[in-house]
Amino acid sequence: MRGSGPESDIVISSRIRLARNLAEFPFIRRCSPQDRKSIEKMVHDRLHAIPGFNALYYLRVDELAHVDRQFLTERQLISREHAEAEGARSVAIDNDERLSVMINEEDHLRIQVMKSGLDLHSAWQQINEVDDQLESKLTYAFHERLGYLTACPTNVGTGMRVSVMLHLPALVITNQIEKVFRSLQKINLAVRGLYGEGSQAMGDFYQISNQITLGKSEEELIGQVSGVVPMIIAYERKARDFLITQNREDLHDKISRAYGILCTAQTISSEETMHLLSSVRMGVNLGLIDDLAISDINKLFVETQPAHLQKLRGNELDTAGRNIERALYLRRYLQDRGKEHRDERN
Amino acid sequence: MKCQQCEKPATFHITELTGEKPHELHLCEQCAQSYLTNNPSGGTPIQPSLAGMLHHQLKVADTAKELAKLDEQVCPICGISFYEFRNQGRLGCPHDYTCFGSELEPLIVNIHGDSQHAGKHPKHHQQTSQEQTRLIQLHNDMKAAVEKEDYERASQIRDEIRKIEDGQS
Repeated sequence: MRGSGPESDIVISSRIRLARNLAEFPFIRRCSPQDRKSIEKMVHDRLHAIPGFNALYYLRVDELAHVDRQFLTERQLISREHAEAEGARSVAIDNDERLSVMINEEDHLRIQVMKSGLDLHSAWQQINEVDDQLESKLTYAFHERLGYLTACPTNVGTGMRVSVMLHLPALVITNQIEKVFRSLQKINLAVRGLYGEGSQAMGDFYQISNQITLGKSEEELIGQVSGVVPMIIAYERKARDFLITQNREDLHDKISRAYGILCTAQTISSEETMHLLSSVRMGVNLGLIDDLAISDINKLFVETQPAHLQKLRGNELDTAGRNIERALYLRRYLQDRGKEHRDERN
Repeated sequence: MKCQQCEKPATFHITELTGEKPHELHLCEQCAQSYLTNNPSGGTPIQPSLAGMLHHQLKVADTAKELAKLDEQVCPICGISFYEFRNQGRLGCPHDYTCFGSELEPLIVNIHGDSQHAGKHPKHHQQTSQEQTRLIQLHNDMKAAVEKEDYERASQIRDEIRKIEDGQS
């Protein structure tokens, strides 16, 4: 989410996840509390024995306060299921928050690498190396014909989920997004909206990922996702060009109003913030707003989420309190950045 | 045969028995998934879809009596019944892929369109599935020995586990 990396005007992030299980234990659903503790300890000890891995932050998720678990979810370091589950479970996170290893999620291990922009190949390189190193210390459940065995048959084989998060506001405005969905589904790719505070899909962010995990190699699965993304990027750029040439005033007005609300609102929900930030993000990309950078917007997407605001404030807040805190944070941040940009120009 | 909703080959054949007459549907995996997800059961998206797929698959293949018998089938390693798997959509241990193999295989082919792994293999501990099942079994035995405070037996089992893990079995 740093706003850097290839195609980062449209591609927010690239993520690869591997599901692995230890051969000597039942899958999580059939694990006793003692089994969960043993797995947690075993993986923790082995992770520490790997050179270069001892610098990982290691957090016992079951011992964290609710707001801290939510905070990790908002930073996409653990899944919502992992945050809300019960029993011994943990997560190991590297310094720059690109690598995280969830222990005792749906599978014993869920290894994840995330990169800014479209960068699946380097994500694969890193996760493959981590997986090899872990596998040299742990015995994975592996079947000669079916590959890596997982708690859910939908993950069996490579255990790999490759996903790319895209920002596609112009395809949404021009009503072409459904067409893109249909064509992706035809080639075995899943499309999901980015979810907000509740479970409501949020406007213009879409995650594309592989649906099948068996019968294709990891490289083929990555190839399938990374092959289709440039086509979607090209569509989105074409739609943006169309909007700006055909309807510049309306587009500029919509974006400026969105920016205006973010700069002045006194109370604002996370849903509205996401929608408005989405418009402003496109405005920055199109050069219609020049006192913000993409990295600012990406940062705001993360930091205006509920747990982030509560951590920032240092105490628990109800929905109304969060909406006020969010508006205050946005006003201050945008005012400061705007001033810095104006100073730089003078 | 083509999928009734798109151009892809139909790999999923559903016989709906809820109406007056059996109603046949021929769909590709995606359309079948979305059909099953949007149909009854509710809940989170993956589980009903998986449970739904199994449900329909079994409806076509077996009589109620056979199905009830199948549901009672229990994995000797982790103790999960086929009924529990059908309901929860999650397996209990790696051995379930072998012990429920004949029911899981068509489901796996429906989901992935394939039944042969083509990706990476672990480089270090390459055990057979039987050795891996033996590992879970030994692990359970060790827990039981420790509970009974039979530490001599527990240490024998531990040595046996190490042998398998180090590839000396």
